[in-house]
Amino acid sequence: MAELTMVQAICDALQVALEEMPEVLLLGEDIGKNGGVFRATDGLWEQFGDERVIDTPLAEAGIIGSSIGLAVNGFKPVAEVQFLTFIYPAFEQIISHIARLHTRTQGAFPNSIVIRAPYGGGIRAPELHSDSTETFFVHTPGLKVVVPSTPSDAKGLLLAAIKQPDPVIFLEPMKLYRAFKEEVPTGWYEIPLGSARLVQTGTDVTIIAWGAMVPVAMQGASECEKSGISCEVIDLRTLDPVDEETIIQSVTKTGRVVIVQEAPRTLGLGSELMAMIQEQAFYSLEAPMVRVTSYDVPVPMYALEDDFRPTAEKVAQAVYKVVQEGGR
Amino acid sequence: MIQWVTPEGKLTKQGLKHWSKFSNDEKREWLRWMILARQFDRRAILLQRQGRIGTYAPLEGQEAAQIGSSMALHPEDWVFPSYREHGVALKVGMPISQVFLYWMGRVEGCKPPEGVRLMPPTVPIATQIPQAVGAAWASKLRKETFVSVAYFGDGATSEGDFHEGLNFAGVFKLPVIFFCQNNGYAISVPFNRQSASETIAERAKAYQIPGVLVDGNDVFAVRGVMEEAIARARKGDGPTLIEAVTYRKGSHTTADDATRYRPSDEVKEWIEERDPVERWRACLLHEGLISLEEVESWTHHCDEQVDLGIKEAESSTPALATHLFEYVYHEVSRKLMRQKTECETREIPWLN
Ligand SMILES: Cc1ncc(C[n+]2csc(CCOP(=O)(O)OP(=O)(O)O)c2C)c(N)n1
Repeated sequence: MAELTMVQAICDALQVALEEMPEVLLLGEDIGKNGGVFRATDGLWEQFGDERVIDTPLAEAGIIGSSIGLAVNGFKPVAEVQFLTFIYPAFEQIISHIARLHTRTQGAFPNSIVIRAPYGGGIRAPELHSDSTETFFVHTPGLKVVVPSTPSDAKGLLLAAIKQPDPVIFLEPMKLYRAFKEEVPTGWYEIPLGSARLVQTGTDVTIIAWGAMVPVAMQGASECEKSGISCEVIDLRTLDPVDEETIIQSVTKTGRVVIVQEAPRTLGLGSELMAMIQEQAFYSLEAPMVRVTSYDVPVPMYALEDDFRPTAEKVAQAVYKVVQEGGR
Repeated sequence: MIQWVTPEGKLTKQGLKHWSKFSNDEKREWLRWMILARQFDRRAILLQRQGRIGTYAPLEGQEAAQIGSSMALHPEDWVFPSYREHGVALKVGMPISQVFLYWMGRVEGCKPPEGVRLMPPTVPIATQIPQAVGAAWASKLRKETFVSVAYFGDGATSEGDFHEGLNFAGVFKLPVIFFCQNNGYAISVPFNRQSASETIAERAKAYQIPGVLVDGNDVFAVRGVMEEAIARARKGDGPTLIEAVTYRKGSHTTADDATRYRPSDEVKEWIEERDPVERWRACLLHEGLISLEEVESWTHHCDEQVDLGIKEAESSTPALATHLFEYVYHEVSRKLMRQKTECETREIPWLN
């Protein structure tokens, strides 16, 4: 065990993967000598050299496209896109190729690739660095999508992602990179994809969150506890495949749902979760479900960032509403 | 590489030949603008350290490339910058306060005054390049004489957008200038990892575009080659790719630490022996076009202008949460109206 921040835990996971899997290659911009702009690859270039920790030219389509060619030859590329907002040049490669290579070749060629990208807001980053666009990838069949919210989850999920035969989009909330430290197991250690984490059990309301919204949801929940409302908080951890079982079990128990999503409201993952719950647990619901989301406007520059994003206060308010509505 | 003034501030043979092309007044202006860019930049870094602006991208070391090139533009010409072209922005008419506002995280800082054809800073690398091509296309289709300039770094030349932009410009023979400030690094990645070709300028050949390699710390040469490129463009002779070889003296941004990846003797050499402002100052002093007292009073005056800009930016009306809903569309949709109410009242309307 070691006390690590999330970004250190990610670096640790990459180090372990490079050590134990000779087919693992890291590719990205500034990941070598500089150790990554967030230091997620700190020291790895020195340890593993230029052929396994590779500073590429500044070209996302090049990074992701060449990862495909490497992957079909048995390499395991773990590509870093410096910020999720800069992934668009590689969109063609991801959507049209990575996501459907398995389908198109009926399994003839491996397409086991991990794409890591820091994402989300809340750190007063420059313009166009803060979008939460996980929906694009969840919407695309063939991709698995993972978002950790704690250091130990980050390590365990990343190693599980690297072991996956399927391509994985691994999104790292920048807001949580250095938010806190915790004990993280040393060596190889996996958390299976597709399993949510019950952060806290409760009986009145189910709050579903992921990534940087997990601490916000928790804060909102503890606010509500002061009024005697007991919240169950679920951290999805994997957005695709989503852990339907854990969600439905919880909703069946509480009958009330609040979803906290950093992305804008329209067609965010929250919409899909509401549809799924409605389909599978409608008769358990005691009140309409509520989403706490960012507004449907372009992610603002940082002066208005706090007004744009969900806050603990907004979460608490949503919880009060669903509880009142349901007549507890 | 084209060089008209040596790093010591002496005119080269070519420099002597072109010396009388520009008026003495204009030559003095180049220095004044370079000083403004530098003083602005240094203050911005301080403001960032004090938490008064956010993460900032410094330009120090690139003043000659930015001022030399933008001095050649006319008001009707279009500028498509990256995020480091504060010198260009100021020169083409962006108020100092606006540039500060941008780095204070205020979207208002993207908007130039009426009549200034300056696009907002471009954050996604290289994406401004094909856009500049389109502006040049408009000029050609309308049979006008304005030109368009795309500013970008060496790293940008690795993106597909660079190729697509140059290719279009070559095919349609458009009045666009591709102005690359090769400062040697894209964050930490040195140019030799960015490209196997020796220079960026030589890539122009493949698009049947003239490629010009110029000392980017020589404001006189930059001004000269830009003049020529613009003249060609206005005449209908098509695009030019200019590679201005320069160096960013500081870190990539205030969030970066350049000592992690740049050798200290290299940095030292560029700072101590190749500074663009010092070079031009030495040249003008040597040619008797300025006095030290003048330079001092200009610097002082620039500081005052920067102070004023900060004051204006910091005393501007604070951003309101409801601004989020403005300018998303040309009219506010029903959905956004509802969300705006939600934002104002902090109530969830459909549950009331
Ligand atoms: C498409 C894209 N990928 C990655 C980034 C992250 N990033 C910001 S600046 C930069 C380096 C740019 O280098 P260069 O083009 O040489 O310009 P310079 O910063 O040196 O002026 C990178 C990789 C980005 N902004 N956009």
